[in-house]
Amino acid sequence: MKSLRSFAPPIVAAVLLIAPFTGWLPDYWVTLFNYIGISSLVAIGLVLLTGVGGMTSFGQSAFVGFGAYTTGVLTVHFGISPWLTLPAALLVTMAVAATVGAVTVRLSGHYLPLATIAWGIAFFYLFGNISWLGAHDGLPGIPALRVGSHQLIDPKEYFVVVWIAVVLAVIATQNLLNGRVGRAIRALRRSTRAAEAFGVNTAGAKLMVFVYAAMLAGLAGWLYAHFQRSVSPGPFGVVAGTEYLLMAVLGGAGRVYGAILGAAGITVLRDQLQNVLPWLFGHTGNFESIAYGAVLVLVLQTASNGLWPILFGPPPPPKPPTPRDGDQLPAKVLPAPGVRLLQVQDAKKTFGGLVAVNDVNFEVESSRIIGLIGPNGAGKSTTFNLITGALPLTSGAIAFEGHPLQAQTPQRAAALGLGRTFQHVEIVPDMSVIENVALGANLLGHAGVFRAMLKLDRAEEAKLFATAQRQLERVGLADVAMQPAGTLALGQLRLVEVARALCLNPILLLLDEPAAGLRVGEKKALAKLLREVRSEGVSVLLVEHDMDFVMSLADHLVVLDFGTKIAEGVPADIRKNPAVLEAYLGGVS
Amino acid sequence: MDTTIFLFLLQDGVINGAVYALVAIALVLVFAVTRVIFVPQGEFVAFAALTVAALENGVAPSTPWLLLALGILAAISDIVWHFRDLTWKRIVRIALLDLALPVALLLLTQALAPMKLGQLANILLAIALITPMGPMIYRIAFEPLAHSSVLVLLMAAFGVHFSLIGLGLVFFGPEGSGTTPLSSASFSLGDLVVTGQSVAVLVVTAVLLVLFALFFGRTLLGKALRACSSNRIGARLVGIPTSVAGQFSFAIAALLGAVSGILVGPLMTVFYDSGFLIGLKAFVAAIIGGLVSYPLTVIAALGVGFAEALFSFWASNFKEVLVFTLIIPVLAWRSIYAPYHEESE
Repeated sequence: MKSLRSFAPPIVAAVLLIAPFTGWLPDYWVTLFNYIGISSLVAIGLVLLTGVGGMTSFGQSAFVGFGAYTTGVLTVHFGISPWLTLPAALLVTMAVAATVGAVTVRLSGHYLPLATIAWGIAFFYLFGNISWLGAHDGLPGIPALRVGSHQLIDPKEYFVVVWIAVVLAVIATQNLLNGRVGRAIRALRRSTRAAEAFGVNTAGAKLMVFVYAAMLAGLAGWLYAHFQRSVSPGPFGVVAGTEYLLMAVLGGAGRVYGAILGAAGITVLRDQLQNVLPWLFGHTGNFESIAYGAVLVLVLQTASNGLWPILFGPPPPPKPPTPRDGDQLPAKVLPAPGVRLLQVQDAKKTFGGLVAVNDVNFEVESSRIIGLIGPNGAGKSTTFNLITGALPLTSGAIAFEGHPLQAQTPQRAAALGLGRTFQHVEIVPDMSVIENVALGANLLGHAGVFRAMLKLDRAEEAKLFATAQRQLERVGLADVAMQPAGTLALGQLRLVEVARALCLNPILLLLDEPAAGLRVGEKKALAKLLREVRSEGVSVLLVEHDMDFVMSLADHLVVLDFGTKIAEGVPADIRKNPAVLEAYLGGVS
Repeated sequence: MDTTIFLFLLQDGVINGAVYALVAIALVLVFAVTRVIFVPQGEFVAFAALTVAALENGVAPSTPWLLLALGILAAISDIVWHFRDLTWKRIVRIALLDLALPVALLLLTQALAPMKLGQLANILLAIALITPMGPMIYRIAFEPLAHSSVLVLLMAAFGVHFSLIGLGLVFFGPEGSGTTPLSSASFSLGDLVVTGQSVAVLVVTAVLLVLFALFFGRTLLGKALRACSSNRIGARLVGIPTSVAGQFSFAIAALLGAVSGILVGPLMTVFYDSGFLIGLKAFVAAIIGGLVSYPLTVIAALGVGFAEALFSFWASNFKEVLVFTLIIPVLAWRSIYAPYHEESE
C-alpha cells in the first residue's frame, strides 16, 4: 500500500503528459478536460476558502476575471510576452484580493457571502463598462503561449500546461493544509476561539486563505485567457461564481480532490446538457441552468458533504513525519517554585447593569494548583475569560509575570504561556486527534505558508508532532491519536483539550471544568497528571464543580459568589468556612 | 443639476424604490420566518409582469404550465420525503393543492385569455397564478433543508434561482414585453410632470405596507409568524407549525412579488431574467434593514431607488457597479455593530 502511494504521483504525471497524445481521446474531450482543469483551480481555492475556512464566496469568478484581463491588457495593448504576464496576473489578483478581502473576511455569518455577491456583481459590471478592457465586447486577439517559437494552440499541448498547473496546485494546497498554518486554517470554521487561544491570528489566517484562493482563481484566469485567446465579461459574473461554488460543494467542500471531481462533474454535465436539452425542447436556451439548480438543491438535500466522501470514504489519517532521534523542541525554562505568577487586582467585569465579576483579588504562585470554585453564576468562567483575554476588563488590573494584561488578547495570553481548555469543548471534529493537539504547539513552530507549500517544514513538523504525541501519551489517548476527533466521547475530548494546552509548553495551565463528563478512573488519571505537571513547575488554575476532585487536588482555593470573592485559603479551611457553606447550602438560621 | 432634473430623478427614484420596498419586505419576511435568503424573489416579479403582458395581448400565458410543473415537483418531493408517514390527509392535500388547483387555473386561463376581460381581471388572474408558486417552491427546495445553516439555505436559494431562470426562458421565451399603465392620466406639479402610474405605484405600495403592518400587529396568524421568526424552537413548543408558517411566508412573498411585477410592468420592458437585478437591489435594501426591520427596509429601498436614479444620471454605465458597491460599507457596519451569530447546529 505504501509503495503504491509513493508511486502514484509519477504515474499520474506520466498519464497526464502522455494521455492526450495517444489518440484515444478525441480533441473534443481534450478541450473539455482543459476547461475542467481550469475550473478545478478555482474550485480548489474554494475548497480551501469555503470547505475548510468556512467563508462562502460567490465571487471567485471576479478573480478569474482579474487574472484573465491582466494578461489580456498586457499582451494586447502592450505586446508583453504571455509568460511574463503570469506573475503580473497573480500580483494583480493578489492586490485586489487583499483589498477586497481586508473588508470581506471581517464580516460575520451570512454577511460575508452576501458581500461576495455584491462585489462579484460590481466587478462584473466594471469589466463590462471600462473601454480599455473592451467593454461588453471584451478583448480579442490574445496571443497563445509559446515555447521557443512554437505556439501552444493545439488543445493537446495546452492540456499538458493546464494539468501541470492543477497538479502543482493540488500538491501545494495539500502540503499547506497538512502544515502548521494549515491546522490553524482548518480550525477557522468550527473552532475560532480555540485557534485564537493558541496564538493564531485568525483575521490574518482568513485573509491569507482568501488571497490564496483568489490567486488560484487568477491563475485559472490567465490559463483561460490564453486558451480562449480572448476575454469578455460574460464568464466572470456571479452566475459563473455560483457555478464554481457548486463544483466545490458537489465534490465535497472540504476535500481538495473533490474540487476536481466537482469541476469534472459540472463541466461535463453542462456540456452534455447543452447538447441534449435543445434537442429535447426543440429550441436553444440556457436549459442547463434548470438542471444546475436542481442538482445543487438535490446535492444539498441528500449529500451535503459532497460526492467525494460518498465515493472514496473519509480522509486518510495523517502521516506525521517521524523526528530524528533526540531532535526535540527546546523545553521552556519554568520559573522557580513559589514565584508570584498571576496577580488579579480588583478585577471587575460588567455586562450592562450586571456585575459579573466584582473587584476580585487573588494571586497564583508557580508550581501550585489553585482551585477557583463557587456556585453557578458566581463569575468563575468570566474571571477565567478575563485572564485568558477572551473578554476585556471593565476595571482593575491583571498581571502575568509582571506583564500587565490590560489590553489582553487570547493570542497574547498564549504567547505569555497561558494554556487553556474550554468549558464547552472546542475541537476541530474532522481533524485527527493528534493534529488537534498539535494545534496547541502552534506558537512553537515558525514555518510559514511558503515553507509548508514546498514541504520544507518537515523537520519542524516532526518535532511538533513528537510533542503532540508525548502529550497524548500523558493523557492516555495515544491509541486514538489518528482518529478523527469528532469520533471521541466528551470525556476523551476534554483530555484532548488538556493535551493541547500542555502542547503550548504553558507556565500556567487554565482548565475550565476539565473533570465534567469524565468517568471515575479518568478523573483519577487526570488528577495524577495534574500533580505531575505541578511537580514539573507548571501552575494550574482550575475551575471545577466536582468538589472531591478539586478539594483533593488544589493547594489553595478561591471561592466566588455573585461575582465577589467570599473566601480564600487551603481546602481544609474552606470546607469549614461559614460564608462558603452558606453560599453553597443556603443560610443556617 | 437643476431643480427640475433633481425632482425628476427624485420621482424616478421613489417609484423604483417603492417597488424595491415591496420586494425587500418580502425578503425580510421570508428570512425572518425561514432563514432563507430568497434570491429568486425577483423571478415572481418578472413572471407576473410577463403573465399580464400575455393576457393583454389575448394570448394564454404559459404561467399555469409552470405552476403545474412546480405542483408536480412539489407533490413528488412531498411524497418522497414523507413516504413513511404518508397519510390520506396529506394525499388529499397534495391532490387538491398541487395538482387540481394548477389544472383548474390552467383551464380558467385558457378560457379567459382570448376574451380580453380587461386590466383588473388580468391582474387578478396573474396574482392567482403566481401566489401558489411560493409555497410550492418552499416545499420542493427548502422544507427538507429547514434545519440547515443559513449558508446552505442561501446556496439552495441560488439553485432555485438558476432553475427558475431556466424555466422562465422555457415558458416565457427570450422576448421582453411591457404592459399598459394602470392609469394614463398625468398632471403637472410646477415643472414636474407626475404620471398616473407613479401615483398608482405609490398608493398600492403604501396600502400594501399598511396592510402588512396591520397583519403582523393585529392578527393571530401574523403574531404566530413573528413568533416563528424570533424563536423557531419556542414557537414549535407552543404549537405553531413551522412548516405551515414557512409556506405561508412564501405565499405572501410570492403575492408581494406578483404585485411588484404588475407595478413595474408598465415602467420597463420585462424579460424572463429581469427579476434578478430587481431582487438584488431590493436585497441591498433588506440588508441595510438588517433583514429584520420593516420600516428601515422601506426607507433603505427608497434610498436605493434614489441612489440608482442619481447614479444613472451621473455615470449611467457604472450605475450597477455603484449600487452594489454601496452595500459593502453597510455590511461592514452591520457586521461590527450587529454581528450575526449562526445558531449552533
